[in-house]
Amino acid sequence: MTVTTEVVLAAEGLTKHFPVRKRGRELLSRTNHVVHAVDDVDLVLRRGWVTALVGESGSGKSTVARLLAQLYPRTSGDIRLHGESAAVSTARGGRRFREYSRKVQMIFQDPFASLNPVHTVRYHLTRALRIHGRAGKGKQELHSALAELLGRVQLTPAESYLDKYPHELSGGQRQRVAIARALAADPEALLADEPVSMLDVSIRLGVLNLLRNLKERLNLAILYITHDIASARYFADDTLVMYAGRMVEGGDSETVTQHPAHPYTRLLVDSAPDPDRITGSAQGLVQEEGVGEPPSLITPPDGCRFHPRCPFVMDKCRTALPPRFDVGDTETHWAACWLFEEAKA
Amino acid sequence: MKTDPVLEIKGLSVDYGLGNQAVRAVRDVSLTLNRGEVLGLAGESGSGKSTLAYGLTRLLPPPGVVSAGKVIYYPPGGEPVDVLSLTPAGLREFRWAETSIVFQGAMNSLNPVYKVSTQLIDVLEAHQPGMSRQARTARARELLKMVGISEDRLDAYPHQLSGGMRQRVMIGMALALEPKIVIMDEPTTALDVVMQRQILRQLVDLRKRFDFSVLFITHDLSLLVEFSDRIAIMYGGRIVEQAPASVLYRDSLHPYSDGLLHSFPALRGPRRDLVGIPGSPPDLRSMPSGCSFHPRCPKAFDPCSVDVPVLGTPADLQGPARKVACWLHPIRNSAD
Repeated sequence: MTVTTEVVLAAEGLTKHFPVRKRGRELLSRTNHVVHAVDDVDLVLRRGWVTALVGESGSGKSTVARLLAQLYPRTSGDIRLHGESAAVSTARGGRRFREYSRKVQMIFQDPFASLNPVHTVRYHLTRALRIHGRAGKGKQELHSALAELLGRVQLTPAESYLDKYPHELSGGQRQRVAIARALAADPEALLADEPVSMLDVSIRLGVLNLLRNLKERLNLAILYITHDIASARYFADDTLVMYAGRMVEGGDSETVTQHPAHPYTRLLVDSAPDPDRITGSAQGLVQEEGVGEPPSLITPPDGCRFHPRCPFVMDKCRTALPPRFDVGDTETHWAACWLFEEAKA
Repeated sequence: MKTDPVLEIKGLSVDYGLGNQAVRAVRDVSLTLNRGEVLGLAGESGSGKSTLAYGLTRLLPPPGVVSAGKVIYYPPGGEPVDVLSLTPAGLREFRWAETSIVFQGAMNSLNPVYKVSTQLIDVLEAHQPGMSRQARTARARELLKMVGISEDRLDAYPHQLSGGMRQRVMIGMALALEPKIVIMDEPTTALDVVMQRQILRQLVDLRKRFDFSVLFITHDLSLLVEFSDRIAIMYGGRIVEQAPASVLYRDSLHPYSDGLLHSFPALRGPRRDLVGIPGSPPDLRSMPSGCSFHPRCPKAFDPCSVDVPVLGTPADLQGPARKVACWLHPIRNSAD
């Protein structure tokens, strides 16, 4: 599992703070409040490699995807595509942004909203091909490019899909069209923001298997954002766990899900529905303890952001931010938790 | 196993629209909810599970029409009541006091311009007009405490509460009149796994204290297996399998239930390649002939595309608790 391939996209110390609008009396005060949506995130996407980013809603995982796609300007930190730093103030729509987005494409959560209801599949894909200069010359080349795209996402024969409107397609087919549209740019990295959570359970796996297949054939680097840690285990090579805007744990998926180190990851794994835990009826549920809610990101807790909910909280956790410590079981497994301070020493 | 029914659905069919343009969303569904149990109802979107819930509570918005069937409610120690033929006044008494419902996307079901207290008290005002103002406020306080929200949140507006708390308020509101049946339509779909678990735990706890029955509708079968006593699986408007939760998980009979169970990547155990179910859910306007699942079924054979299989106890199995509608498991020759 420790084969390392070429790094396509890397983020270092990625930070995004959103300003909070002042209201009422706050207008007179000088302090500007911000939402600490993403703080100091490091992450690497490799060729032919799926990295999962797992977290609750509001943990900042979608913001990370949008920062990586340069849809938001970042507050600080660095994004490097093939080692080349992307300018901080890449103006959206500029030539440099377009060059960047040719290589880094995004798939959104809701295929019902991400396709324009008044346009056909043909329009969506042709437009993407034209923008990225891959439409070829003449009708013939365009048509074969369209057919190839639809073939890649297993919508065949292409003729029966090209002139359909989004409402004529099922959720799974729509998401496949959205994937085809992203592939039209011939990207190197694909940022998939919860690509299956809006789909029916019976067709989710089909879409995940398609993405895996594409990763292998086209050697894509994929960032898979999800709240479902079981699907991260199924689909991703590496898994990163995010809590309240910070990375708390990372490593290869099998280790992170089977031997979670950070108390938050443990909570997440324990909370996932697990049919094997059945006890006849719901008796097993009652014995666990209550665990509170994620903190406000306008005034995040000092020290470790998980400390107010953590069952293993120590004095240190309340004041000092834990750096990444090696957990010690595999090479790549790390956790940002003071519990593992000694394991390193 | 208790077999004391609290709600019996007999041959319920629900149409959207009238005449020959009608789309039949629920087809001839029979289901029994026993006292004190959690009955899970699973299926994909469009399988008719929410329509069934609205049909049996008479909450169907037009053009939805219940076209056939009976829904019988057995009050504790009283005469059975046919819900579908209740008078408006009778229906008003039946709703909320006997059967309450927690809607899909309950996070948005609270009125954003009223305080939580106003909305909780409104229920009590409408259904128990004799109550004094102090008693009503006290009851609202008690309800919030019951679902694990501190009393000082009584005067909060919905936007001041988190998604999980709003969901708890909805559950508290549903329990305000101590109903015997609570119908929950995808109550935790919009929530995170951690919050989902907290809320389910609370629900289990409350059910123990107040002894109500739950009809729990969701598309997440893995959740149901752990949480409910019995599970019914719906596909294309029909119930295709019905069994105790643990039995269904270990040994499902219908290929669709089997496919659903193998659509979830496991968190534990060996990692295996999964396929899900190929194809897409049926179009209700043009249902396939015979068994509606046969175009997607890996085990389909001759009779599947011709005749509709009937839900019944399979001949090769013992025990009345299991029912399946599949030609692979022909039903026992009996009156049902």
